[in-house]
Amino acid sequence: MSDVLYLAWRYLAFHKIKTAILVASITLIVFLPVGLNVIVGQSSEELTARAEATPLLVGAKGSPLELVLNSLYFDADPPELTTYAEALRISESGLANPIPLYVRFRSRESPIVGTTLDYFEFRGLEFAGGRPMAVLGECVLGSKVAKDLEIGVGGTVISSPESVFDLAGVYPLKMTVVGVLDPSFTADDEAIFVDIKTAWVIQGLVHGHQDLAAPEAAAGVLKREGDTIVGNASVVQYNEITADNVDSFHFHGDMSDYPVSAILAVPEDQKSGTILMGRYEGEEELSQVVQPTTVMNELLDTILTIQGFVVAAIMLVAAATIATAALVFMLSLRLRRREIETMTKIGGSRLSIGTILVSEVAAVLVLGVFLAGVLTLVTSQFGAGIIRTWLLS
Amino acid sequence: MISIKDLRFRYSEGEFALHVPDLGIEGGEKVAIIGPSGSGKTTLLNLIAGIRSPQSGEVKTQGTEVGKLDDGARRDFRIRQIGLVFQEFELLEYLNVLDNILLPFRINRSLRLSKSVRERATQLAEEVGIGGYLGRYVRHLSQGERQRVSVCRALLAQPPLILADEPTGNLDPTNKDRVLDILFDYCDRDGATLVTVTHDHDLLSRFERVIDFKQFYDL
Repeated sequence: MSDVLYLAWRYLAFHKIKTAILVASITLIVFLPVGLNVIVGQSSEELTARAEATPLLVGAKGSPLELVLNSLYFDADPPELTTYAEALRISESGLANPIPLYVRFRSRESPIVGTTLDYFEFRGLEFAGGRPMAVLGECVLGSKVAKDLEIGVGGTVISSPESVFDLAGVYPLKMTVVGVLDPSFTADDEAIFVDIKTAWVIQGLVHGHQDLAAPEAAAGVLKREGDTIVGNASVVQYNEITADNVDSFHFHGDMSDYPVSAILAVPEDQKSGTILMGRYEGEEELSQVVQPTTVMNELLDTILTIQGFVVAAIMLVAAATIATAALVFMLSLRLRRREIETMTKIGGSRLSIGTILVSEVAAVLVLGVFLAGVLTLVTSQFGAGIIRTWLLS
Repeated sequence: MISIKDLRFRYSEGEFALHVPDLGIEGGEKVAIIGPSGSGKTTLLNLIAGIRSPQSGEVKTQGTEVGKLDDGARRDFRIRQIGLVFQEFELLEYLNVLDNILLPFRINRSLRLSKSVRERATQLAEEVGIGGYLGRYVRHLSQGERQRVSVCRALLAQPPLILADEPTGNLDPTNKDRVLDILFDYCDRDGATLVTVTHDHDLLSRFERVIDFKQFYDL
């Protein structure tokens, strides 16, 4: 048997290009539907799991999908913003515990998630080291961010400016890392968490600067009107919050008007959740409440429909490819008729000759299926992430 | 060694017909068969080898009526008793020289590809002057070298009968002599019988007997 397999192998090895094309064809026609199925299955599982763990989301009226994707995966563009007043409204209703989220800024590629300490408890996030953020300017890193940036407790990260050409825009804020989370294998691993007030500092709504009443800041004073001092552009604004300057940070205006991208509402019970949802039914209501599972299921239905069409198309291509491969084998047999006759003449048994030919076909099929398996395995490792990135981009 | 009596053969298509009333070839004889193209020389070799079966008559090789054996027995007989050499060499392009020589031992389970067989293959290749090319693909060899590979393949199982179908047809004069020398040396040494179809009348003097096929050509 080994001699026969050896001869089959020698034939395939000699005709490298033909073999490679056939193997690649088999690999693709097996991998495409299977790999797609694995990716969609995993993506569905991952998207659904995160959505199922999130009871209600409140945000400004607009795209529910954007609201869910931004609040759950931190990757999509920010949805229409609502205000912190919405969180206070939910809290005052006593129907749910509100966890505000402000997901707008980034540090390099990592999203900065402004929230409260309740978020860690709600998501069941554990600390690999350090502690939660306690004062302005502190941050906690998701496990993957810490690993990728090679930063631990005591290090610093800097928020990225939204636009280098926008002088009135968001300026970088240097933040101290006070904690690193354990891996949770969710989007939380890829985020930088700050207190929501720190997010407002990044936006410039909360800021700290030189004390204009101090004599050394005289050059920065534009005018004095009683107790009001108006500074000029030379006033030094702090881009790092330290023990020395933290007291100088202050709010302008009413905090309840400050923006948040969503409020994660954790109802006391199902009834409270239903009542809360009812409160956002009105036509005049500027906010919306969504159930992430409903939104994600709609998205997955769309994906599954597309998958169905794609698989059908792949099957048609597969049928054509198999027919072509069969034709190649048959033509190959015709071209090899003389070789087969020679083997028969010099005493080759039909079984041996047949086994050589079948082994060649089988080897191509097995190799193709094996490679498809490897590709599927690789896809199962990275595919869901790729699809999620694609969905959220 | 070979005994043919009232042999009649006709292909299912066409008008070709072969009739050999009586022909005997003794063991150890070196016989050349000549005759015009299409006269049935190759067909006769195929009948002797059991590749084809006659419609009537008798072909005995080594006392065995090969045509009456079943397929498997015929192949086993052929692979042990007969070495075949072809005009076009019929080597497998995807095998190197050594693997081509060893081919009969790889495609028939009744032969065992042992270490001694490999050694014999190497030794044969050395003897015919292609020992240095064992790892080469046959497409890199000259015509003469390819025919020597084909001869080594035919001789590997040490058959008592060699059937050679125009073995020198594609060779230059030097290689013609060399290939025939190899076949004759083998027959002299091992007492084997050689039946060669040839068109080359210059070579006939080397054979002990020449059979002119015109006498069997029956339209």
